[in-house]
Amino acid sequence: MRHFTTEVLIIGAGGAGMYAAIEASRQGAGDVLLLERSLIGRGGATVMAQMTVAAALEADDDWHFHYQDTLTAGRGLCDPALAALLCEVGVDVIREMEGWKVGWARDGNRLRAVQAPGHDRARCVYVDFLSTGPAVSRTLRTQLQRHERIRRLGDVVVTDLVTQEGHVTGAVGFDIASGTPVTIEAKATILATGGLTRLYRRNSASAHMSGDGFALALRAGAKLLGMEFVQFFPIGHLAPRMVGMDPIMWDPFRYKLGGRLLNGAKEEFIDRYGGTDEGRYTTTRDLATYAITQEVAAGRGSPAGGAWLSFRHVPQATLREAFGPVIDKLAANGIDLTRDDVEVAPIAHYHMGGVRVDTGMRTDVPGLFAAGEVVGGANGANRLSGNAITEALAFGKIAGAEAARAAPGPAFSPAAAAEALALVGAEGPARNTAALVVALQAAMADHAGPFRDAAGLARASAAIAAIRAEAGPLPPGAPGLPHDMVRLDWFDLRQMLLVADSIVAAALARTESRGAHQRIDHPETEEDWRVNLLLSGDERGLDITRIPVPEAA
Amino acid sequence: MPQATLLIRRGVAGEPPRHDSFTLEFEPGASVLDGLRRIRAEQDPTLAIRYACLNANACKECMMVVNGRVTYACTARLEEGTTTLEPLPNKALLRDLVTQIAPPDERF
Repeated sequence: MRHFTTEVLIIGAGGAGMYAAIEASRQGAGDVLLLERSLIGRGGATVMAQMTVAAALEADDDWHFHYQDTLTAGRGLCDPALAALLCEVGVDVIREMEGWKVGWARDGNRLRAVQAPGHDRARCVYVDFLSTGPAVSRTLRTQLQRHERIRRLGDVVVTDLVTQEGHVTGAVGFDIASGTPVTIEAKATILATGGLTRLYRRNSASAHMSGDGFALALRAGAKLLGMEFVQFFPIGHLAPRMVGMDPIMWDPFRYKLGGRLLNGAKEEFIDRYGGTDEGRYTTTRDLATYAITQEVAAGRGSPAGGAWLSFRHVPQATLREAFGPVIDKLAANGIDLTRDDVEVAPIAHYHMGGVRVDTGMRTDVPGLFAAGEVVGGANGANRLSGNAITEALAFGKIAGAEAARAAPGPAFSPAAAAEALALVGAEGPARNTAALVVALQAAMADHAGPFRDAAGLARASAAIAAIRAEAGPLPPGAPGLPHDMVRLDWFDLRQMLLVADSIVAAALARTESRGAHQRIDHPETEEDWRVNLLLSGDERGLDITRIPVPEAA
Repeated sequence: MPQATLLIRRGVAGEPPRHDSFTLEFEPGASVLDGLRRIRAEQDPTLAIRYACLNANACKECMMVVNGRVTYACTARLEEGTTTLEPLPNKALLRDLVTQIAPPDERF
């Protein structure tokens, strides 16, 4: 066993975690331990970001305009104070990234920006070509290395937080490479674990986005809100099969080139659902997801079960100017956009819900903070394009500063870590945990996707219970072996099942349709439902409370 | 139905390697990583592989030796017939196709 002592523990080294570490160090934290279950800066969703980062950077823009767009997209459920922080602090962090030479695309002195759906003007900066995420990650990694007080540690998965007298005092987990158990004592702990897209069959983020942070928070006594709002990105790549490309890649293509979204009969159809297409990319994600799914259900889908996306009207030279080497990658996959349309369909992309925090990113449990996608509330029922990286960096900065200043809780007690450590060292019967993960992804995609009804959610609930029973109470096989994926999948599944419980419970409770949550059996948006659902508890039972949406200050 | 066979060098450091063969249905366009993930779910969950992003070639974690050549499992196409897979030869072996790729100052 290994034990670490640190002032600030950060779990997750994507954009939010890396920025939090840098800020905690700058604000005087004696030492910072940045933990990642994969490689620092490579495993989360940040590195996969294709293009747009929203911030009101130009003189003719103002963060209040961005804030208004964020509230509108959130369908009445944004926490106004968190949305304001995203938009206001977002400007500072995007400028700071520019100073750190991230390399935002520019025209002379002006950053080049595109207008993403739901924004009132061109506000989304990016790094060419489809390199925003890698550039942001690389830049933050470089900055991290300038801080001697930040210790970076990859390949460590956290399985439980340690609580004493209602404070979080550290964490328990294991080193994946060696199988060695790990305990960490920390004055303050920041969850920067990202979202939960791995719960769905078709998803656009990393294999490590198992919702760990939501489950860790719940078990430590923190509260979640908005868990029913899973964002499906409407035009994720579906067919023909491609390798070496992110399925979200058509988003930047639409920003730069427009493109036409067509049904199986090659007709425009978004206008039938209250949006417009006409070769322009203006329809918000929730509406586009709704429209594509409805066309497929009506028998008007593309052959693989989605919609067609066409750039055939765009000249070769324009394609090449906009996307350079990406056009060659497409050619290697047998795709020539001047000749071929591609098929697209909704794909799990982002989670609006998450851990309840205040404006200091403090959770309901002293000693525990959250930053980035794992935070709930800033984006309400539907996130605006371009807000995810901004949120990660802005909330990371705030959480890092607040954690550095946090008052210490009780002294770490090994006894408080004993139960979690016993689970890490337990030995259960062999079972195929990889197959159980696949079964859970299928159940969630089929019954708790963007369209739900009570009967389907009941089926999801039954599937979760069956998978939990089959997974059993103990991790399979002997502990302490190098890179044991059967055990790792079991620990992931333990978190995923609790997160799945929380999504299904919230989706069942919200008997209306709003943003990313569409109930087939309750299709209308109800003013009475302009409330949040607050969750607490664990797999033995979740409590759901209706709470008002905070009012703007 | 055409088939793809993956012949995989397996084992942990300090023990003699063994070679396991897995056969699966060949799907045109699929990657080697797709095949490995299917093997884990359908045939042998103990097969150790390493990846974070899914076929996006962003995380760069799935590097291995495919038919004698160092490449990414997510960009190498699954082929009909037999493909041999081995861990990176110049990195410390952890298990099966997984080697120690973290920078020295970022590991345990």
